[in-house]
Amino acid sequence: MIQFKNVAKKYDQQYALHSLDIAFEPGRTTVLIGPSGCGKSTILRMIIGLIQPESGAVFFEGTRVASEVVLSLRRKMGYVIQEGGLFPNLTARGNMALMARYLGWAHDRIETRIGELTELTQFPVDGLDRFPAQLSGGQRQRVSLMRALMLDPDVLLLDEPLGALDPMIRADLQVDLKRIFRTLQKTVVLVTHDMGEAAFFGDVIFLLRNGRVVQQGSLDALVKTPADPFVTRFINAQRSHLESVQGGDA
Amino acid sequence: MRTASHIAALTLLFLATTPGVHAASREASSAGEIVVGSKTFTESVILGEMASHIISNAGLRPIHRRELGGTRVLWSALIRGDIDIYPEYTGTISEEILAGEGVHGEAAIRKALARQGLRMTRPLGFNNTYAIGMQEQVAEDLNIRTISDLRGHPDLKFGFSSEFMDRGDGWPSLRKRYALPQQEVKGMAHDLAYRGLESGSIQVIDLYATDAEIQYYRLRVLDDDRRHFPAYHALILYRAELEHRAPEVVTALQRLEGRISDKAMAAMNARAKIDRVPESDVAAVFLGDVFSFTGDRQAETSVNRFLRNTADHLYLVALSLTAAILLAIPLGVAAAKLPRAGQAILGAVGIIQTIPSLALLVFMIPLLGIGGPPAIMALFLYSLLPIVRNTYTGIHAIPLHIRESAEALGLPPAAKLRLVELPMASRTILAGIKTSAVINIGTATLGALIGAGGYGQPILTGIRLDDIGLILQGAVPAAGLALLVQGGFELAERFLVPKGLRLKPLV
Repeated sequence: MIQFKNVAKKYDQQYALHSLDIAFEPGRTTVLIGPSGCGKSTILRMIIGLIQPESGAVFFEGTRVASEVVLSLRRKMGYVIQEGGLFPNLTARGNMALMARYLGWAHDRIETRIGELTELTQFPVDGLDRFPAQLSGGQRQRVSLMRALMLDPDVLLLDEPLGALDPMIRADLQVDLKRIFRTLQKTVVLVTHDMGEAAFFGDVIFLLRNGRVVQQGSLDALVKTPADPFVTRFINAQRSHLESVQGGDA
Repeated sequence: MRTASHIAALTLLFLATTPGVHAASREASSAGEIVVGSKTFTESVILGEMASHIISNAGLRPIHRRELGGTRVLWSALIRGDIDIYPEYTGTISEEILAGEGVHGEAAIRKALARQGLRMTRPLGFNNTYAIGMQEQVAEDLNIRTISDLRGHPDLKFGFSSEFMDRGDGWPSLRKRYALPQQEVKGMAHDLAYRGLESGSIQVIDLYATDAEIQYYRLRVLDDDRRHFPAYHALILYRAELEHRAPEVVTALQRLEGRISDKAMAAMNARAKIDRVPESDVAAVFLGDVFSFTGDRQAETSVNRFLRNTADHLYLVALSLTAAILLAIPLGVAAAKLPRAGQAILGAVGIIQTIPSLALLVFMIPLLGIGGPPAIMALFLYSLLPIVRNTYTGIHAIPLHIRESAEALGLPPAAKLRLVELPMASRTILAGIKTSAVINIGTATLGALIGAGGYGQPILTGIRLDDIGLILQGAVPAAGLALLVQGGFELAERFLVPKGLRLKPLV
């Protein structure tokens, strides 16, 4: 489905990725996690061709992600970012329909698809004609997700999609997202720095550090058979923080 | 898409709201039309009007480009064929236009002109040379009639214009020629010199032989008995081809030869400048008296003049601004997209903006002649910077995550620009266009200096005649138009800027 072969990337002489060889399993949710600057967003942006590897290659469904084909490949991927990335000049509906209109979809087909998606994401229909500035943060992320799903892509790429939301909305949307992923059975790659979120979503978790994958596997495997002391330290850092807060409450 | 078509619609609207302007700013020398030029002083304008009446009387259509500029501008306009006719002076031709070529006397001048494809009438009669003047009463009391007579009165005080103090044929050589003994000689502004005469602080001044003030201040022009001053005989220059194109006009112009005396010209100048009679009427009355000429050429009503100025002004602004919008937006986009070329583009349009507007207008004359085209070119160049810069800024200011979202959707660059970037930058771009429009409307008043007409015309005439009312006739509509356009753009923002960009965010 998605494969990285010996991919390296440097920013200002610093390696963001070191000869990375990874593959993402179709139909499953893979979570990329690690401390800031570990390269997790770089991987996501490389899949969709926003940045190019210095050496090595990224393959999507067997095709190398290169500038000649990147536009058509991107139309098979949905991309959701933390800020939503909605176009403020267009309504929710306009944002969702933009690409379909560009590709010449008939009006009815577009409306039918929008109907399906509002149902799937439980987005209020009367919100479709609002502009991003008139929507709450959670609603904006739902629109962003619907826009990403509009062309029924094979892959959904999410870069900290819940990072900017307050905790209550975030919890609601987490549950909805997981349900949507399960319903759609799509290949999902999600970037987060939150261990709890990784545990909640991830069929497979890639733990990254300094541009390398330290360990990949289920949460269980990461906890029980850590490949490196860093794995335990990373997991425990978030857990102990949580526990110390809970301990303080008790 | 929507923004692009909106902008196109807006510019079309601009053009559509200026009907008939093409007729108002047509090129020189189309069939049946004869273009007359005049310099920026009253006498030249009166002679231009006289020529216009004569052309009209011959059944052709005169276009009088009044107050076109100084000698150089008129001369090159005539050579280029932007104008067909203009009044000039023998002294100016010998001493200024063909200076250093040793062209003296009528025959020599006529020969030199022929080499340039030009012809001239014989002198019209009056000699508008430098002259020395005194108050009639004072001169009478002292019995002074000639410049030589001044020698007997060493106590007289002289007040000369600063130009006259320096000129080759001015005070130093005059003093030598006549061996004048006077010691008290002051340089001063011409207007102040007249007041000095009235108050008695000076008794002798320099003047032009046909100055309107001679009559107004009751001055006596002293006879240049030693022939110190070169002759400045007025005559009419015209393009040689006029003899084929409109021989009847040439014949009619020749009827003016030797018919305008110093006194008659000075009286006409006084009528126009002091009594504020329109130059056209002054010229018509003279022609009527001398040739029993029935001037059927209607004087332009003030309403017509206002409409013509408005049409000319709108034409200049609409065409130059439209062209600027069409070029500046793509340039601004290129500047935003191509970092290296971008610096060059912004630098180049920035440099154009630093050229003083008056200089930019004058630079255009050798390239495009006089009238509408050079003014439009200068205004066009002047309007580029605000639009280029705002387009660049508007696109640059789009957050990275929005630009990347558009790319990640799989939109090609052109579609991304059209569907996302231009709409998002529309408010900034529109603000740039608004700035350009307001600058353009103000700067277009300078177009009158090179014969492009517009609201600058009454301002220019008002300055010449020291008539505040006339200046306001140009200044007020120009300011009003700027305000109107500014208001129009604020209204247009509602249609052109997507609603989503005008909302305040919820959070």
